[in-house]
Parts: sequence; structure tokens; C-alpha cells
Amino acid sequence: MTFNTASFLIQVSALLLALAALHKPLGVYLARVFEGTTSTRPERLFYRLAGVDAGTEQTWSVYLRSVLAFSAVSILVVFLLQRLQGVLPGSGTLTGVDPWVAMNTAISFVTNTNWQTYVPETTVGIFVQMALLAVQNFLSAAVGIVVAVALIRGIARAKTDRLGNFWVDLARTTFRVLLPMAVVAAVVMVIGGVVQNFSPTDVINQATGTTQSIPGGPVASQEAIKILGTNGGGYFNANSAHPFENPNVFISLFQVFLLLLIPSALPYAFGRMVGDQKQGYTVAAVMGTLWLTSVSLTGWAVAAGQGTATAVAGGLGEGFEQRFGAAPSAIFAAATTLTSTGAVNVAHDSLPPLAGGVAMVNMMLGEVAPGGTGSGLYGMLILSIISVFIAGLMVGRTPEYLGKKIGPPQMKLSAMYILVTPILVLALAGITVLLPDVMTNVPASGPHQFSELLYAFTSGANNNGSAFGGITSSGPYLSTMLGIAMLLGRFLPIVLVLALAGSFARQGKIPTSAGTVPTHGPLFGALLLGVTVILTALSYFPALALGPLAEGLLQ
Amino acid sequence: MNTLTGYLRQAGTAVRFLLLATVILGLAYPLAVFGVGQLIAPYQANGSIIKDDGGAPAASALIVQATADDAGTQDPNWFHARPSAVAWDPASSSATNLGPNEPKLVDAVTANRAAVAAAEGVKEADVPADAVTASGSGLDPDISPAYARLQVARVAAAHGLGVDTVKDLVDRNTSNGMEAFLGQPSVNVTTLNLDLAAAAAGSRPQQ
Repeated sequence: MTFNTASFLIQVSALLLALAALHKPLGVYLARVFEGTTSTRPERLFYRLAGVDAGTEQTWSVYLRSVLAFSAVSILVVFLLQRLQGVLPGSGTLTGVDPWVAMNTAISFVTNTNWQTYVPETTVGIFVQMALLAVQNFLSAAVGIVVAVALIRGIARAKTDRLGNFWVDLARTTFRVLLPMAVVAAVVMVIGGVVQNFSPTDVINQATGTTQSIPGGPVASQEAIKILGTNGGGYFNANSAHPFENPNVFISLFQVFLLLLIPSALPYAFGRMVGDQKQGYTVAAVMGTLWLTSVSLTGWAVAAGQGTATAVAGGLGEGFEQRFGAAPSAIFAAATTLTSTGAVNVAHDSLPPLAGGVAMVNMMLGEVAPGGTGSGLYGMLILSIISVFIAGLMVGRTPEYLGKKIGPPQMKLSAMYILVTPILVLALAGITVLLPDVMTNVPASGPHQFSELLYAFTSGANNNGSAFGGITSSGPYLSTMLGIAMLLGRFLPIVLVLALAGSFARQGKIPTSAGTVPTHGPLFGALLLGVTVILTALSYFPALALGPLAEGLLQ
Repeated sequence: MNTLTGYLRQAGTAVRFLLLATVILGLAYPLAVFGVGQLIAPYQANGSIIKDDGGAPAASALIVQATADDAGTQDPNWFHARPSAVAWDPASSSATNLGPNEPKLVDAVTANRAAVAAAEGVKEADVPADAVTASGSGLDPDISPAYARLQVARVAAAHGLGVDTVKDLVDRNTSNGMEAFLGQPSVNVTTLNLDLAAAAAGSRPQQ
């Protein structure tokens, strides 16, 4: 399998052009949805049935309470109904899901991680897939977006304690943004070959004597939101490598486009909502620069094709689908880890070591280029606050961001945000390495064993969900620890972001003066880029050196 | 106390919201996509199923079909797909998930290379990479044109067909144009073997 550089460059350029063309109209639409004050008739009915008082706005703490209550209820419901699978309709001969697996899966889908410790084909039926997992694909993506919106409102507003109404934001994001886009995407996917039915087909090839049960299921509807909502949990075990989830290279490229679409439009919506479009462009430019750099590095590492097995095979192939080839797989691998998607069209475990390493670094960056739906933007805004603080220290000016004072409380919240995932990843991976019984579930040899473990906790804590699939995480220890990583990696940052949003909203607006460090333009963009990369490198370099770097550089 | 009742009220709203959302997102939405799919693209929506002369389902054009027996011995009459971590059985799907430096993978690739070289009667150095490596899904129906060419002589002889006839069949099942440029030229072994069977029987399968 050779790496077609011309094809790679054209696909990367096509993606950038398509996203550049759409980020403005979609961004305008998103801003309009979030700033809207009127509800449609069906929405009013929905609010009445759900018991939502759409007219009242919430303080940050009530908004947070709603996020947490909704997520806790979701986790409980998804867990309990998986356990009851045996008595639910549409489950065939499948029985209740193992409690550890059900717990891990419930947390995984509610936190937008979609780490899959289960084998879907043999564990979950149509009911669990459709009524539980696909629904959380929508709602977890929407939760990420509304938290980002609350932060934007906190920045845009002044002298208020109100950030909006979580339930209204959640419903609007789900039904005005995600659902219509998912319908279009699902129909395109069906036309492209993704299946959408409710029963398997038994086939008999009389000539070769092969009999098969060709699987069925509502795959296209789930696939569309899996990608669009940067979720990534596959209907099938092989995820987007499975021919029924991703039948050809056109759909593969379409999926990469879809998973980047909403996160790359959110900066425009941000600029519009804070009334300064240059702010949005700067964030988008930094995201784009990181994206392009990372995709190029992945392409380079895949093209280089390191590895003794690769050399013995005479080229790339292990874990790759022949119908995609090397370049589309490299693009997919980079995009899925730069967002919080985690769908895969190539087995990441078998990628050349440095390509696997770049995938890990993508997640360690905090998935901000362009990141998960919502979480990418709020991650980048926190990094902007840290950057403006550092710039302020360097030139001796009071740090401000968009007219908001960055005082000790704001800096404490931002610094804690930055520390959450590195602590989770490094502490949990570090503890686990010391447990020989657990490490038998990580069967790889040499530095690759540590890579598999590090990848798992990086993916969990950053809510990505992709894996070096050699690891078996269905046992009590790993499913619990990864569950903790996903849970804290999702909700601690959300607590901090909403607290920050609340503290910003209470402040007045400081007028721009000669002493204000501008937070737009190439200079600030470069600073933001540098801060993002340096923070990641400082946190993770030693761990990376023990895994992918050791494996890649010792060749 | 206030916080507790606050949480309880929120939880009540959460339950109702989730229930309503499930009806729309978990039921109406997939059913709507199902309806549209059956209306405008029933062939794809139902799994790209190819029927045989008798009208019975014979294969999915997107899924690999095993040409090996349970012990893994390949049937010399047919074109062979790539190695599979799930034995070409769509009841499951998986990669081997072995690292690029994994000794186990080196051994597997070495063994596959020897087996393919022996089956095709060629030098080990002439066996392409895709023939000795497992795909990401284990269900990939495609192989490289190089691996298909390697198998033409054996397959043609087995069916008493001319080498050129079989080469034509390979060409007809090879991706081209934009698809080959964005991805790479690939030969669909599932449809190729169906065409081969039809050519051998003197008829064409219907789609």
C-alpha cells in the first residue's frame, strides 16, 4: 500500500476549502440559534411536557446543576437499561450487559467519549444501540456545545448573574442544529452504501459454498450523529473501518468533513456573539494551523511506514483497509484525535509508531484543533485566557480578555482546567503500570505496551474514545479506572468553565485602552499556539518518551 | 435543603427531557432515515445484497466472503481476499491490533507470505503487502491489483477459462477514476468471484 502524496494534499486542501466556505454560514446560524429568544410551537409543547420553564434564565450554579443532573440521570438510565437488555424488545438472544461493561459504556457515551470496551456485534442489540447509545450521541454533543455557549455569554454579558437556560439551550442545539444536520448526513451515507435496516440477511454463495449472515441495523442514522457530534462510538466493533459504516473512500472523506464541521464553525459563532469577529478568526486560525501541522505530521509518519512488521510485509497494510489506502487513513486518524471523535478507519494500534504518537499528542493538546463539539472551543478559550495572562506578565499589563479582568479567581479556574487531564492521564497510567495483574490485559511487547496503556488513559480523560485496540479494558479495574478518567475528564472542566462564565458575567466591561493586550491578530495567535504546544509538551513529554518516541526513534 | 430540592427538581426535568428526546432521536429519527433509505436507495440501505440467478441473496458487495475452510486452507478455485482477524465472518469485525514492531505480527506476516507464495507458485519477494496483512475490519472485500494479478493464472486454470478472460473480469471489478485517485486502485474480490462463477457457468449474475 503506497502513500499517494498528491492525493493526500488534494484531500487536505479540499477539506480546508470546504470548511472555510461553510464556517461562516454555519457560524451565523449557530449564533442565531443561541441568541434566539422565541420558541417554535413544537418546542413550546416539548418544554411543557418536559416541565421546562423556558422563560427563566439560570445563574451559573443552577446551569451547572442542570448539566450535572441531566448527565447523572442519563448515565443511570443508560446503565440500567443495558442491564435489562434481555427483557427489552429488539435485543434478539442478547442478555443483560455485564455490569462493569454497562457502567463503562454508560459513562463513555454520556461524556461524549464513546470508548467501547464492548464488542457491539455480540453485546448490544438494536434497542440499546438506537434508543440509548444513538440518543446520547446527540445529547452529549449538545451538552458540550451549550457549555461553550454559556462561556461565550459570560464573556459577552456584563453585570448579570444569568447565563441562559440549560434546557432551552440543550433542546435548541439538539433539534435546530444536530438533528437536521444528522438527517441530511444520514441520507447521504445511505446513498453512499451505509446500511439502514432492522434485520440481518442470510446469504448463500452457491459457487464458493460460502454462507454468511450479513448484519443489519439502523447504522446510517447512528453513523451520522456519531461523526457529526464528535462521538465516535461505532455500530460495529471495527468502527469506521467496517464496510457498512464506511463503505468507500468518498464516505470516508465525507466523515472527516462532518466531524470537523461544527467544531470549526463555533469560533465564528463566538466572534459574532462577543461582537468582535477578529477574535473568532484568531481562534479559528490557531485551530487551523494546529490541524494542518498535525495532519501533515501524521501523513509524513504514515508515509515513512516505520516498523519491523511493516518492513517484513513489504509496506503498509496491517490494520489498513485496501479500499481506503494510506493517505485517507492518515487524514482520518489525525482528524479523529484532533476532535473528540475517536472513530477510526484504520487500526491505530498498527499505525507506524510516530503516527500513533501524533494521534496521542493530538488528544494531549486537549483536543482543541478544532476539538469536540463545544469542548474544542471552550478549551481554546481557556488557553487564550492563559496566553493573555502570560502576555500580561511579560509586558507588565493587567491581563484582560475581551473586556473581562483576568484576576486571581479566573486564573485559578483556568489553571485548574489545564491540570485536570494531565493529572488524570499520568496518575492513572502511572498507577496501572505498577499492577502486573492488570498489565496482562495490555498484551503488547516492548515500549508499545506502555503506548497502549497511555493511549487508553489519554483517550479516556480527553473524551476521545479511540484506542490502541490491543488492550482489553472490560475487566473491573480498567473499566472502572477508565470510567473515572472519562467522568472527571469531562465534568471537572465543565464545572470550571461554568464557574468562569459566571465570574465573567458578573463583571462589568473594561473599555479597551492603550494598555490592553490585543487578543486577535497574528501576534496573539502565535502566542496562543506556543502556549498550547508548550503546556502539552511540559506535561506529557516524559510519558511520550517512554512509549511512542522510544518505539519510533529506536528503529 | 434548597440545593437538594433544586437537584431533585432538575432530575425530574432531566428524566422527562430524556424520555421525550428518546422518542424523537431514538425512534422517530432512525425510522425516518429508514423510510427515506427504503424509498430512494433500498439496495444500499439493505446491505448492497447481490442475488444469484435464482434470485436468492448470494453476497453483499461490500463484505468479504471466505474462500477458505474452517481450518483456514484456501480453496484454489477462487480469488482470495486479505488475511482477516475474524476469519472473514461478518458476525464480528476486528483488526489484529498488533503493533508495527510486534514479534507476533512479524511471525504472522512471514507465515502469510510463505503461504501465498506457495499457493500462487511465485517468489516470496513478489507477494504484495496487502496479501500478507489483515485489514482493519477483517471484512475488507478489496485487494490490490497486484495481488489479483498474482492469482489470475491459478484461477483461470482452475475454471478452464482463458487468462485474458479472467484478467478482464479483474479489470471490471477494479476501482478507477476519482475513487482510485482518492483511495487507491482496488479489486473487489466478492464481486469478482461472483463474476468468475458466472463466467465459468456461461451466464452473468444479476444485481
